[in-house]
Amino acid sequence: MRIFTNPNYNFIKWRWHALVLSALVIGAGIATMIARGGPPLGVDFEGGTVIVVRFAQPTGEDPVRRALGPLSAEAVVQQTRGSAGENEIMIRLPQRQGLEQGASLEADAQAVKDSLTKAGLPHEVRSTEIVGPVIGQDLKRKGILATLTALGGILAYIALRFRPSFGVGAIVATFHDILVTLVMLTWFNYELSLNVIAAILTITGYSVNDTIVVFDRVRENQRLMRREPLEQIVNKSVNQTLARTVITAGATFLAVVALYLFGGEVLEGLAFTLLVGIVTGTYSTVFIAAAIAIILSRRSAGAQAVTQAQARAKRV
Amino acid sequence: MYKNLRWKLLIILGVTAWAVWSFTPPSTKVKLGLDLKGGVHLVLRVNTGDAVKVETDTAAEQLLEALKTAKVTVTASRPTSPTTFVVEGVPQASDQQFRTIADQQVNTAYEREPGVGGSYTFRMRQNIERTTREGAVTQAIQTIEQRVNPDGTAEAVVAPYGSAGDQIVVQLPGVSDIPRAKSLIRSMAQLQYKLVEGGPASDEKTLLSPHNGQLPADFEILPGVSGTRGDTSRVFYLVRKVAAITGSDLRNAKPSLDEFNQPAVSFTLKSDGVTKFTRVTEQNVGRQLAIVLDGQVRSAPVIEARIAQAEARITGSFSQQEAQDLSLVLRSGALPASLDYLEQREIGPTLGRDSINSGLTASAAGLALVTIFMFAYYKGAGFNAFVSIAINLVVLLGLMVSWGSVLTLPGIAGFILTIGMGVDSNVLIFERIREELAANKGARQAVAAGFDRVFITIVDTHLTSLIAAAFLFNFGTGPIRGFATTLMLGLLSNVFTAVFVSRALFELQLSRKPAGARLSI
Repeated sequence: MRIFTNPNYNFIKWRWHALVLSALVIGAGIATMIARGGPPLGVDFEGGTVIVVRFAQPTGEDPVRRALGPLSAEAVVQQTRGSAGENEIMIRLPQRQGLEQGASLEADAQAVKDSLTKAGLPHEVRSTEIVGPVIGQDLKRKGILATLTALGGILAYIALRFRPSFGVGAIVATFHDILVTLVMLTWFNYELSLNVIAAILTITGYSVNDTIVVFDRVRENQRLMRREPLEQIVNKSVNQTLARTVITAGATFLAVVALYLFGGEVLEGLAFTLLVGIVTGTYSTVFIAAAIAIILSRRSAGAQAVTQAQARAKRV
Repeated sequence: MYKNLRWKLLIILGVTAWAVWSFTPPSTKVKLGLDLKGGVHLVLRVNTGDAVKVETDTAAEQLLEALKTAKVTVTASRPTSPTTFVVEGVPQASDQQFRTIADQQVNTAYEREPGVGGSYTFRMRQNIERTTREGAVTQAIQTIEQRVNPDGTAEAVVAPYGSAGDQIVVQLPGVSDIPRAKSLIRSMAQLQYKLVEGGPASDEKTLLSPHNGQLPADFEILPGVSGTRGDTSRVFYLVRKVAAITGSDLRNAKPSLDEFNQPAVSFTLKSDGVTKFTRVTEQNVGRQLAIVLDGQVRSAPVIEARIAQAEARITGSFSQQEAQDLSLVLRSGALPASLDYLEQREIGPTLGRDSINSGLTASAAGLALVTIFMFAYYKGAGFNAFVSIAINLVVLLGLMVSWGSVLTLPGIAGFILTIGMGVDSNVLIFERIREELAANKGARQAVAAGFDRVFITIVDTHLTSLIAAAFLFNFGTGPIRGFATTLMLGLLSNVFTAVFVSRALFELQLSRKPAGARLSI
């Protein structure tokens, strides 16, 4: 079986359309984020308390809210995704001042458990996560630092291996993938957690990975097709690697779909992020990375042509 | 042709056998993370300022004591901040003598600055302050380690954390009674014997009335419970500030029973502790001696006679468990500073079990889906891909166990991504072989060219992924680290399986066919 027998699509022709489409999606997503006051931060970064409880009987969100009484004013009460029979509920409370002194960090968690017991809702606590402001700040700083340094490291490697216009193309594609992923997380109401950041960093590796395969091919073809214009070489390289790009993405996508479906509640955010990242990573490899590389190469090639013409003019 | 094939196959067999051997049996060899096993993860901050303050308080008192002995009278020696204390009213005549005594007593740790009217400020030297703070964290780690893991058998982790220098991470896998664990960790366990100067009384005013309502400088008021059994009402004692005996004089502590057969804690004193105890009891027959634990008077027995034995007892309304815990924390020694909780994560045992199950299901489903896909798309070569990915997973698990790394839930996700990476490399190679075949090359040349041409690309892609994973490892704690480790080791084993194993499999198939035979790909 094979797909794409000798494909010859003109991807480069569509480069401006692709850039505009991406800009629209990212723009709209950022607008949503700004409207909601920033990207959706989970308890890892924003601090606060998250308790997941499982009830003996199916219990909806409303009885839990009633049981919480005055606490429910600030609480987010949500049935966990994929929880069968409505019996697993996540309760999140915001961070409070002065929580870190002494043993009071878990005051909110204790209050939730007590009020559920008092309301006659027998339950089992599946997990409790309490993050104070110091750690939240720390993780936020570390998360941003890790993402930036990872990008820097990858950029340095690409700069060593490829010429600058291609390096910039790969990095723009990677930033594009991170932004699109953040947009999708916002639109589908997934919060940024440590796991999600891990997934985003994995995607940066994956996205660059994909791009490098194409660029390696471009380099190989440049030796074989010296007379062809760069556009043609890049287009040919994208087409030659198209089957590999799509099949790899498809197979990895299948594996991650399994993770998304069967991996359980804890890994859902991570799996979702990887799914989005695989799709956008493939798209950006074909449409964004190569397009940027060509646009930048052309500009420098144009500049070179001008200086050469000037040199000739001088000689004459 | 392929004369090295036999050796290649032997190496593959050897590596696989080594990997299987290193994680057999998995139930004991594969270490599960907190998120799979259930348990609690805590981040604590040691308030190192406490330790610095104690140091300064002690220095101020020591100096005053030495001055008293030398008959140099000053009006006061009192701390003004955690790192400074002042001595006021040094007489002009004994200024030289004061300086000599101060140099002997505190010069190594404090800088002396003269002020006006015979006053001096002593400031803790910065290197001393730093070592005091560092020492407090180290001592807190050792103390907590002894409390949560007294026999050294549990898989508890107590370690420095973060870059702030004053944080500690405590991980207790499989612990179910978390409130008890937390109170064990937090308990200051500061045991002191203090002479009672007044009380018990139901409020502070009554205690101060003999002193004209003023609290004398070397006294303090402490809360406690009344000595009568079964009476839990709150009372107050007026006691001497300076402790007669402290926890550092303890040799051992163990749970026992009191004369009413109620749980109590018995302890023995070190020899200089005994000397001190004997002296205090000898000089204060008929007075009360308060037993103070973490600033609370637990009981205040009357000294009947001089006591010259090493054994003593704390009674009070304990449960059996409380008596046991108290003796444990007394044995481990006092914490050098108070602790704050910064982060607490608990994973219930059922969630851990469910996570293992869903992780295994997801891995199996992922592998199955990918395998079906590869067979459908590459037919015979799909088998090679399956074998090389399966060996990849086996080697990865072997590497993880030998590396001593812990399997976490994100780590399982790392396994699934490793399947993806394995597919990626194989597809890259297979597509190239197809291209070479399409260019009318023979099967053997096509396979050789496919692997050779793609090798540099595989190195490139793996290196960039390794860079991302390395930064992830640096950033992460616990589960994320597990994820990063899995990814890195997975990348390493994938280079081996995709390039070496897969190629050997192709060569094995080709060597059994006549030259010029077609390849199923």
